[in-house]
Amino acid sequence: MNTLFDKIWDAHVVQNVTDGPTQLYIDRLYCHEVTSPQAFEGLRRRGIKCFRPEKIFCMPDHNTPTHDQDKPIEDPVSLEQVDTLEKNAKEFGIEHFGMLHPKNGIIHVVGPERGLSLPGMTIVCGDSHTSTHGAMGAVAFGIGTSEVEMVMASQCILQQKPKSMRINIEGKLAKGVTAKDMALYLMSKLTTSGATGYFVEYAGEAVRDLSMEGRLTLCNLSIEMGARGGFIAPDEKTFEYLKDREYAPKGEEWDKAVEYWKTLKSGDDAVFDKELTFHAEDIEPMVTYGTNPGMGMGITDSIPEVDTIPEEGRESFEKSLEYMGFEPGQKLLDTPVDYVFLGACTNGRIEDFYAFASIVNGRKKHPDVTAWLVPGSWMVYDELKREGLDKFFERAGFEIRQPGCSACLAMNDDKIPAGKLAVSTSNRNFEGRQGPGARTILASPLTAAAAAVTGKITDPRTL
Amino acid sequence: MKQKFDIIRSRCVPLPLENVDTDQIIPARFLKATTREESFFGENLFRDWRFNPDGSVNKDFVLNDPTYSGEILVAGKNFGSGSSREHAAWAIAGYGFRVVISSFFADIHKNNELNNFVLPAVVSEDFLAELFKSIKENPAMEVEVNLPEQTVTNCATGRSEKFEINGYKKYCLMNALDDIDFLLENQGKTEAFEKDGL
Repeated sequence: MNTLFDKIWDAHVVQNVTDGPTQLYIDRLYCHEVTSPQAFEGLRRRGIKCFRPEKIFCMPDHNTPTHDQDKPIEDPVSLEQVDTLEKNAKEFGIEHFGMLHPKNGIIHVVGPERGLSLPGMTIVCGDSHTSTHGAMGAVAFGIGTSEVEMVMASQCILQQKPKSMRINIEGKLAKGVTAKDMALYLMSKLTTSGATGYFVEYAGEAVRDLSMEGRLTLCNLSIEMGARGGFIAPDEKTFEYLKDREYAPKGEEWDKAVEYWKTLKSGDDAVFDKELTFHAEDIEPMVTYGTNPGMGMGITDSIPEVDTIPEEGRESFEKSLEYMGFEPGQKLLDTPVDYVFLGACTNGRIEDFYAFASIVNGRKKHPDVTAWLVPGSWMVYDELKREGLDKFFERAGFEIRQPGCSACLAMNDDKIPAGKLAVSTSNRNFEGRQGPGARTILASPLTAAAAAVTGKITDPRTL
Repeated sequence: MKQKFDIIRSRCVPLPLENVDTDQIIPARFLKATTREESFFGENLFRDWRFNPDGSVNKDFVLNDPTYSGEILVAGKNFGSGSSREHAAWAIAGYGFRVVISSFFADIHKNNELNNFVLPAVVSEDFLAELFKSIKENPAMEVEVNLPEQTVTNCATGRSEKFEINGYKKYCLMNALDDIDFLLENQGKTEAFEKDGL
């Protein structure tokens, strides 16, 4: 009780349904082209409009190509999905940032950077990585398409209140260890279902020390531990990040908002259903070796032996290693890499490109590696250009592509070919996630850059 | 599809893998549809496990094994993790499953199943292990899922277990009502909340 989650949740309860869920008011609904068409179709079938269209923002991101966005999308099915979103937004009177619009990008990158996601808000989207916006101090979670339709129809959602968990990460992260490693470390400890049923508050010195970009990465990956969402109490860093952003309040409204946001923290007497503490010093650069994000290890470690896996999980474990082409007990250091992907709602922000650049620093892309560097939004892209990073990367043999979800889930042309091994800064290493038969190792931008310049799995701390 | 749910007695399809994610249930390349045709999604349920990379049928996968059939899918723990795509629930419904039994479901997928009138029934790990064993011993064995009583019964052993579902959702399933019907009826409360609460 008296957790920050309780405070935000309780402030949005319209009613508690008898022997049922809560009717929760939603401040912001984001829609992309993949999980919204059937919701709009549902509204049409029912003959109703969006209840509060001004609280909804749409943009295509999953299908968008990362090159030649000024030309029509080649895949007719992708094109239709992107066009359908534009038509639906127009018909229902919703703000839409289409391809090439300066505000377009991956929703979870655009929302925070434009000041659309604010502390204390309830935020939903038909996308499991909606938890990203929790970094702003908001209660943000992914929902299904029926639920998207619910919010369009009523600006509310019916949800069971999740349990609360606090994860404290004390101490300081070592050099070469990032928010991404922190998240992969948590998943390796908790497994992909360890936080299912919970909403997670991240706290502790190492979390406070993260930049806003780092916090967005950490919250983004909450779903990969099964959590409904994850968030960080807003602080001065949050306010500084949001100040003067396009949709953030201005002038007197801003002062009033900050005054309220400062009250958004868990009480000293807060009681969580579960509380866990980890130490930042225990975390090293992480890589995954299997086909779910919980199958991760320190980059210098070896893949576990079969007999260390609980019996009921062995079939899945062995299937996973067979898919990846790895053996139990194997080390991954020095394994040749075919592809490197920097981007996604997990690591497609400006700081991630700086991190990648810090490793490249005078080195060249390895000739055997195909590298895709995909900014999360046009805002990130423009900043890269402004800072001359595009030229910097070009000189090193890299190319900056146009924004979108890209190879994270390979709905556009950016597919890793079958059998190829990719080091990706994205969020999922599921079978076929980056293309049928593609093999994915999840890692931080530093580790991805180290692989890109050496052509093999390399500890970024050694470069 | 909106349909009333009461008691279902059926044979089962066993999938004893853990952490089956929604990318496996329906791969991303099948998410480009703009309509909700369950048959399309059903045809592509577990696509990359059902078919080999060359397009031939993977005879080793349980959905291609004529020994098993029925309206009940029995899956290992943490079923439906990963992406929020409701297409996964449409694929399960479209294939013809009306119940998924597991010891643990991912949150978003569980809601998606319920919103598509597929019942996710959570049983104990012990019950699940016994169920897999019963199906293996006799693929023709049946399971009875009784929503009014909230019970799952392994008809081979006679063992029965209660499952949880909140009273509201149970009422919705039994009467083929969805949440939007409810929320539209309650729009007055939402407007009152906006006046006072925001």
